Parts: sequence; C-alpha cells; structure tokens
Amino acid sequence: MKWAVVVFPGSNCDEDAAQAVRETTGDTVDLVWHDATDLSQYDAIILPGGFSYGDYLRSGAIARFSPAVEAVRREVAEGKLVLGICNGFQVLTESHLLPGALLRNNHLQFRCEMVELIVDNNTSPFTRAYQLGERIQIPIAHGEGRFHADPETVADLRNEGRIAFRYAHSPNGSVADIAGILGQGGNVLGLMPHPERAIFDWMGSVDGRRLFQSMHQYVEEGLAHARANA
Amino acid sequence: MREPTPEQIRDERVYRSLGLTDAEYDLVVEKLGRLPNYVEAGIFGVLWSEHCSYKSSKVHLRRFPTSGSQVLQGPGENAGVVDIGDGMAVAFKMESHNHPSAVEPYQGAATGVGGILRDIFTMGARPVAFLDSLRFGPLDDARTRYLFSEVVAGIGGYGNCVGIPTVGGEVQFSPTYRGNPLVNAMCVGILPADGIVRGTATGVGNPVFVVGARTGRDGIHGATFASAEDPEEKERSAVQVGDPFLGKLLMEACLELIASGVVVGIQDMGAAGLTSSSAEMASRAGGGLELVLDRVPVREEGMTPYEMMLSESQERMLVVLERGREQVAFDIFRRYGLEVADVGRVTDDGRLRLIWHGEVVGDMPVAALVDEAPVYERPIGTPRVPEKGDIPTTLSVREAWLAILAHPSVADKRWVYRQYDTMVRAQTVMGPGSDAALVKVPGMDKAIAMATDGNSRYVALNPRRGGQIAVAEAVRNLATTGAKPLAITNCLNFGNPEKPEVMRQLSDAIDGMADACKALDTPVVSGNVSLYNESRGLDIQPTPVVGAVGVIDGIAKRLPSAPAREVAAAGLELWLLGREDDRLDGTLYGELVCGQPVGDAPYIDLAEERRLHELLQAIAGAQVAVAAHDVTEGGIAAAAAEMMIQCDVGGELHAPVEMALLGWLFSEAQGRALVAVAQDCAAELARLADTHAVPARKLGWLGATDDVIVRQAGDTAFTISLAALRDAFERAIPMALQSGAAEASA
Repeated sequence: MKWAVVVFPGSNCDEDAAQAVRETTGDTVDLVWHDATDLSQYDAIILPGGFSYGDYLRSGAIARFSPAVEAVRREVAEGKLVLGICNGFQVLTESHLLPGALLRNNHLQFRCEMVELIVDNNTSPFTRAYQLGERIQIPIAHGEGRFHADPETVADLRNEGRIAFRYAHSPNGSVADIAGILGQGGNVLGLMPHPERAIFDWMGSVDGRRLFQSMHQYVEEGLAHARANA
Repeated sequence: MREPTPEQIRDERVYRSLGLTDAEYDLVVEKLGRLPNYVEAGIFGVLWSEHCSYKSSKVHLRRFPTSGSQVLQGPGENAGVVDIGDGMAVAFKMESHNHPSAVEPYQGAATGVGGILRDIFTMGARPVAFLDSLRFGPLDDARTRYLFSEVVAGIGGYGNCVGIPTVGGEVQFSPTYRGNPLVNAMCVGILPADGIVRGTATGVGNPVFVVGARTGRDGIHGATFASAEDPEEKERSAVQVGDPFLGKLLMEACLELIASGVVVGIQDMGAAGLTSSSAEMASRAGGGLELVLDRVPVREEGMTPYEMMLSESQERMLVVLERGREQVAFDIFRRYGLEVADVGRVTDDGRLRLIWHGEVVGDMPVAALVDEAPVYERPIGTPRVPEKGDIPTTLSVREAWLAILAHPSVADKRWVYRQYDTMVRAQTVMGPGSDAALVKVPGMDKAIAMATDGNSRYVALNPRRGGQIAVAEAVRNLATTGAKPLAITNCLNFGNPEKPEVMRQLSDAIDGMADACKALDTPVVSGNVSLYNESRGLDIQPTPVVGAVGVIDGIAKRLPSAPAREVAAAGLELWLLGREDDRLDGTLYGELVCGQPVGDAPYIDLAEERRLHELLQAIAGAQVAVAAHDVTEGGIAAAAAEMMIQCDVGGELHAPVEMALLGWLFSEAQGRALVAVAQDCAAELARLADTHAVPARKLGWLGATDDVIVRQAGDTAFTISLAALRDAFERAIPMALQSGAAEASA
C-alpha cells in the first residue's frame, strides 16, 4: 500500500510520521506538499503534527483552505484512511471532517510528556491491533489539545463507539478525557498524542507501532479482497 | 527628522550616542581619512561595540585551545564543527540573549533561540537540538517569576514551532541575577563532514541577496544596547520580535538552497543586522561588497540607510550566490513563499559601499570595520584570595537535605521542560532530566550527547578553579552517559569590563576553562561573550556557561541517570567513583547557611577528572552498570536522592569512618559519579576502576525500602523517607510559582 504525509508550511512532524510508517509497515510513503490537488493514488493519508502556516490565528484554521485538504475531503468520501495527528487533528476539526474543536489546554501551557491512554475502540481500521480497555503509553506535545464538543455530540461519539482513545489522566482538560476520535464513516481518526514518537524501545514506548500496523493490515486486507474479486 | 551632518556628529559628539568613545571616534576619522557621516558613524558604532567586536575579551579568548583532530571548524565562523565519525559532523554554538530577555522576556528568549538556530543551518547543518542555560533571581520576587515564566514560554514558543526539540540545559537561581537574568541558548545540528558552508563573500561580481523577512525599524541598536550597562534603563523598542513560522520556512529553504550547490556564502543577519552580516562576509573573503539599499525590501516607507543598515528585524539571511544560477534560488524561495531581493554584488576593493537613490551614502574599508576594530587590554585587578576557615554547620542533615532538594537550582525542572517539545523529530533517546541529552543521528546507531553547565558560585569564590569546574562538569555530564566528549562552546557572562575586578574574573576564568579544555581534550570551537551584566551598579557573579558535545557509538551502551524501577527494586549496588571528601567549600550547603558563597571553590584535579571520564566510557562500553549520575550541587546527598527519586526506590549510603558525616554528604568535590550496578557485575566495575586508577568504593545499595538510610561505622546515623525527599524535590518550583500566583490574585 502507499501512504501520503501532507506537508503544510510549518508542519514539523512530517518526517517523523513517514519514518514511523516505513519502520512499522515497510510501506512506501510520499511527502506531499500542501498545494497537491489530487491524492487519489494513496491508500492512506496522514496529516502530521506541527504549526501549519504558523497557527498564529487558530490551530488548523488556515490549513483547512489548502488544496491538499480539499483533496483529502474527496478521499475521505471515497473511504480512504485519513489519520490526523496533533495539528492534523486540529486541521480535521477545523475542516469539519471531525466534530468538535481543540481549545487551549486548561492550564494554558504547552505540555510535552508521555501519557497513558485507554483504548476505547478496538474495531476501527486504526485500532484493531489493540485490546479494548488496554492502557498504552504515547507522548503528547501540544498547547491546544483540549477537545471540546457539545453534550449531544459527545453522547453521539460515545454511543457510536467513535471515541478511539481516552486519557487515563487528562493532561489538558478535554471533555470526557477524549484523546482521539473517529469520523462518522470510521475511516478518519484524529488524535492529539503522537504515535510516531512511540515506535522504538529507546523512545520509551513502542505502543504507537500497532496504530500504523492496524492501518496497514486493514488496507492490505481490502486490497487482497479487491484482487480476489477482480 | 534630519540626520546630523558629519560636522555636527563631531562637534556635538553625536557619536557617543552611537556607542563610540571619543578615542574610538578619532580612530574612525583616522581610518576613513575624513569625518564619518551619520550612517557610517552608526555602522562603526555597532561593529566596534563590545557585542560585535569582543574588544575587551579578545586578548583573553586567544588563550583557549581551539584545535584538535576532531575539530573541522573552530571559532570565527557562524558555528564550530566537530567530526563524529562515519562521515558525519556536528555544528554547534551557544549565544547569550541576556539583555533583551531582561526587558521583554518572551521575545528576548524566543529571538535568542531563533538567532542561534540560523547560525547552525547557515553552516549547512540540519538543526536537531536546542539546550538552554538560564539564570534568575530568587522566585520569591514577582518580577523574577514573570521573567522565568515568560522566558520559558518564549523558548518553547519558538523551539516548538520550528520543530527542533529542546532536549536539555539547566536553570539556576541566585540573588546575583535578580536584576539581570541570563538566557543562553545553544543549538546543535548534523551535517556531512565534507558539507560545511561558510559565511564568505567571494567571487567578484557574484550577486548578494537578502532573503526572508522584510527589514523594519525594530531592534535598531540592539548590539550597542547589549553593551550598555543597566537593563532597567533599556528600552523595549530595541528588542526584536520573532516569527518562528518564518524562521522554519527560512531554515527549510536555506537547507534546500545549500544542498543545490549554488550558495557561495551565507550568513544570518543577527546583531547589527545587514551591517555585521555584510561586513563580516566581506572580511572573511578579504574583499568588498557594494549594496544598493533602495532594493532592500522594507516594512514601511521612508526608511533611511541608517535604519536599514542597523535594523535587527529577525528571520533574515544574507546570501551570496554563484552568478548565473540565481534562478535555482528564486524557485526554491518562491515555493516557500519567501521574499528574495538582489541587493548588491561582491567586489575586490576591500570596501563596504552603500548606494541609495543613486548616490554613495557610505564607503568604508572592511578591514577597519572588522579586523582593525579596537582591542583593549583593560586593567586587571589583583586576584581575590579565597577565604580559609571553617564553614558553620548550623543546618542539620535533615534540614539541609530537604532544603537543598527544594532549592530551585537543584529541584525538579519538569515544570520547565514539559513546556518544551523534547521529542519532535523523533530522535530523542534521552531528554531533559538526564545528565546529558542523547539525540540519535538518523539512520545510524550513533547519538550526539549534549549538556550545559556553569556554576557561578565556584567562579565567584575562585575564578580559575571555577572556570576549570565549569568545563569539567559539562564534559563529565557527557561521559556519565557513556559518551565520548569532543568539544565545547561557551557563553561568558560577566559584569562591567571597565572594572578591574571584573576583568580579573574574566581573565582567570578563561585560564581555568583553558586548563580544563586542554586536560580533557575538549577544545573550544565557538562561543560568545556577554559583558555589562550588571544592575544598579552591581555586577553579576561571573558566569561562564559551557555547552559540551560528544558522541556515543551504539545507543544500547548509554547509561541513564537512574535505573528502571523494577531493576532497582530487585536490588542494585551503589558505587562511588572518585575520591571521598568532606569539605564544605563552595557548597550550596555553605550558601544556605551563610546566605552567600563561602570558602574556596570545591576540590578539582583535572588529571583525576580525565581518568573518571575515561572510566565512565569504559563502563558504558562494557555494559557493566545500569545507571550513572554525576555528583555536583548538593553533593552525594543530592545525587543519591535524585537517583532514588527517579527510580522510586530507597536505599542505603555508607559514610567512611574518618569523614565528618555532614561534610561528606554535602561536599561538592569534583571528579565524582555514582554508579548503580548489579551485584554480579560489581567485581568487573572495581576492576575497570582499578585499571583507570580511579578510586571506587561500594557506597551502599538501592532496593526494597521506602527510606534513605545513612550509616557510618556500622551504625545508622540518619534515616529519612524517600517520600519526604521526593516531596521537597518535586514540589519546590510549582509551589514557588503557585504561591506567587496566589499572592498576585489576593
């Protein structure tokens, strides 16, 4: 399968995401500049962490108008997998590809540290390699990571099993301790923690590996299925 | 406003407000052979400022060792470069941003980070790490809490956005910095050993470009401001504002441009902006430059040549390209949405010539601006004789242990570093909280080791020995992780050089640092001097800060500063490498008792130090130990407590019979480290220590206890719970800031 990592001016975890995909799946990854208008050749797209366009206005607020996000929108409709990490999650909510918004952390500071997450859904294409309720270690690094949505939306997310990860101890004041959510079709995941920073022992955790491997496995099965039917 | 005429500048002594003394002005007239006009006088003023010319320190800096087989680029370029083997090299430099941070802490710190970043990628290196060495007054002061919080936020604000991890550094607090905080930022980058780019303007006729941000009226006179005395009197208008997003784009574009091979020379526009970048690039090439100022992109109408030449607007670079290949650059910069302007050309007449509205508005010999800038042998006072005599021991072991761990210089700095992205780039093997940071070289089983250190208490008591210790501590931090130390950079933060006693401190501290650099084979490859660190007539304690860089081949060999909890809980032996000592000279204990530094600087022997470093590398190489932590501020007591707190396991310490218990616990004698080792590896550890001629003794153990027990002559001398030590260590800084916030809202 083939992956794209979209690079906005100001993205800074693009290489890290590409490294994680290569190291955990062996797949091909292209870094795609933000002016790309067609991403149809890719099976999975990552919107990486960073500060797209400086994020001086509001995180992700400018990126949502980029040609690449328009292309992402079309691929989401096609059922392709889209993973937004940190700033990528912010871009996805700003683009309304995911509900809610990411506000300034409740303590008003940037926070970077290893946190414990609880896997709340292990059936999605992103989380199938985890155990339900499993506690995993993944680092965070954000100043605006407090997930917020109205109570109805949160109830929907919960009832539809679209809360993928929760914080064991919230580092930012997110509603319902939400760390990552799935889109309505189940093919979009936005999460504030950085799985690409938890793929080798020397990073302090390898719990991020299975996220990329889940995606790989899901897509490969789909491709095999398609080939079998062809 | 009309600019003063050359005659007015002379008669009304306008040059004094531009930073030139009467004698320096006369020298300018002599070098030019005529009276300087306003822009010329301004240019001489900034280039001959302490900040740019190092005029008070230059004669002393020459005593640093700067060469060695590992050195690929020594001082004089944008950054130093050392060889780390396998065709790779590391570029690094540290720079001070003390004065701007004293008046506008967020932007002062942020632009300090941005400036040092540009110095690194200018060498053709991909920046991979920041470290920051900070000094503040005590946290019981509201202004200090503001400065501390804002400096930390500013460092994070810039570093996090540009996507370079902040992996280390230190913060110390002392009344000496109350009116004059220190903000020293270090950046480290990786490049191919044969890929060094230099800031040289060669090739007559080659075009010169300004790239990046537009030039505005901000930061005019930043360099002369940094060389003026009292920060209280300094103006915020002289401070620049950083744009990390633009900094990130500029970095990516410049690295791509350098890789394309069309760059002849490239230089950051740092202090003194266009003036210093153009003059220094021409000086290194032994040639000249002609700049057409009408073509400099500006932020507002009506800017004068004086303002354009002296602006310190951030995120700008001066680039000399190969003639005929400019389009390559234009294409790269367009893709990043960056402005690029052709502002002049390289000449061979040795002059910096400025043209504006078709007229020559400035014409100066480059040599006079840079190489022939005045150099002063300022008077040096008599050396201070270190005090002799006993240090009172009025604090009990318990009181002192808790007070030292709760002293913000020793206490847990998590409040600081969790505001920094310490892991972006996904190569951080060991981050803040370790003796040294380790950052992997992508794609190789090799990591760069980095640390900063510099204890002004020791330098104040005994400048020469304090200088030795500053280097030894920073370098020991690297060795403690198992890395091989390679070289250092430094920031020399001192008071007013016009005072003979300050020059004595500077001169002696440099001698001490040079002693240690030679003994430890860690030459100085870059650095910076910050003088006039004083407030209300009081100079800061002399504060040389050292940034050390080394390499570890095979990251599995690394030694963390504490073992993993499970390993420690199962039982480990704790060994002391280095000699026993019970003197309280120069200790934090002494300062806590007496309210100021007391006695002499702690003991150090550089030959012993070198043997310890080699032993630590051998221990790591043989994978004999599971953790190592060096003994510094707060002595064995603090070092052992830090290790135990980190692994969350208590243990025992056994003091030698002949030592005074209190002194033994808190002595800050140098050349020592604690090592945690499994019982079945202890004999091998002892053997290695023996072959390296380093004293080694089983100091005690780590294991299944919640207490820290100190024994002497078989008796329990003292017991304290690990929880009490942890509480003191972890809560000190958050509490200090919280109580301040509570006061403010009350």
